[in-house]
Amino acid sequence: MSDKVTITIDDCKITAPEGEKLLWVALDNDIYIPNLCALKEKDRPSASCRLCFVEVKGISDPVTACTLPVTEGLVVKTRSPEVDRLVKTAFELLITDHRLGCKKCPANNSCELQKISKERGLKYKSKRFKPFEKDEPIDESMEQFIFDRSRCVLCGRCVWVDHHVAEVGAIGFSLRGIKRKVTTFGDYDLADSPCTECGECVKVCPVGALSFNE
Amino acid sequence: MLRRNIDVFEECKNKALLKFVIMLGELNCVKEMFLLELLEGEKEFILEQVSEILKNNRTERENLVPLLQKVQGVLGYLPEPAIEKIAKTIDIPAVDVFGLATFYNQLRLNPPGKYQIKVCMGTACHMIGGQIILESFERRLDIVEGETTPDRKCSLERVACVGCCAIAPVVVVNEFIEGSLTPTRVDGILLQFDGDDQEEEAGEQEQEQESEGGQDS
Ligand code: SF4
Ligand code: FES
Repeated sequence: MSDKVTITIDDCKITAPEGEKLLWVALDNDIYIPNLCALKEKDRPSASCRLCFVEVKGISDPVTACTLPVTEGLVVKTRSPEVDRLVKTAFELLITDHRLGCKKCPANNSCELQKISKERGLKYKSKRFKPFEKDEPIDESMEQFIFDRSRCVLCGRCVWVDHHVAEVGAIGFSLRGIKRKVTTFGDYDLADSPCTECGECVKVCPVGALSFNE
Repeated sequence: MLRRNIDVFEECKNKALLKFVIMLGELNCVKEMFLLELLEGEKEFILEQVSEILKNNRTERENLVPLLQKVQGVLGYLPEPAIEKIAKTIDIPAVDVFGLATFYNQLRLNPPGKYQIKVCMGTACHMIGGQIILESFERRLDIVEGETTPDRKCSLERVACVGCCAIAPVVVVNEFIEGSLTPTRVDGILLQFDGDDQEEEAGEQEQEQESEGGQDS
């Protein structure tokens, strides 16, 4: 796997280790592709946020960059009308049930959603979808961090690190559809779960759902 | 709880403790998923049954859904200790089993009530206002769909089409179908439960008296 390949992203020639996922190659070379659910350590990407679409020469439909291993001679374009439309819809859907109010948010200025909005010129107010405000109480039972589910975008990063990095198994997804959320066993407070307050999940949260107390 | 909070409040002038008291107050309004307390001896019974099922079946992760179905088949629902036990045996976090159990409609966390109310949410019932019927039940019973009243008398759930769309909106109570529902009829149905219960009680008493009378003579 240590073979190097040369690929083209937006007319830039880039060398990268063969088999590395396109998303990470692009990000390492300062080419931004929106993403929320991807984690570099994760072998099998969940590809659930649907934000990292790109156009690849020879493939008719846009492809998710986080699942595409790079191969010699790959030609990629990060923007096209099709890609923009897909990303816009995915972003709007995410924003409709994400509690806004960036000024009061602990992730203000470090938030992935803000970054995507800035990079792609996407608005926080959607004309097509009605906002759906989640009404979840904030879990403040832990000393080091708080968990505000109404800001969660269900990317699944925290669940993955909880299971595979921290190996605790305190949080997971439960329920289905619009009610889906990250919970502990029995939806109890984090303080009543096996959580060890290692803080790994807080570090990977792309938005202000999990945040350290100052 | 509030009284106790106030007592604690007066005892502690310490600020940190104060925060704790406020937190306690908030905890009370959190709705829990495992709503009902287990009856006496129920936990032992549950664990016994679950161990039995775990002994006779493959305990691998791939087999998790069939296992949960079997447990529910015996107990009628998936109580907290059962889920914990299954997770421990398969050696996966309990929260993963919990996620699965809350994902599928078939699996339930609360016991079926004496009267199982199933509100139809199929296309026809949905269009004509099934939601209103469901909400009426929720308001009157003070539970939401998927839950059981604390006395285990009524459980409420939503189902897809039950096959009699002509009389929508429809509700099925213990296999008995009620059609063309209105919120007033919902009250009627609930009243009828009380009536049925009273009749049942009276019947039981009569029987007792009779058997006593039989012994006397
Ligand atoms: S809490 Fe954060 S990391 Fe976890 S799923 Fe929600 S947005 Fe993702
Ligand atoms: S980063 Fe590719 S789908 Fe989320």
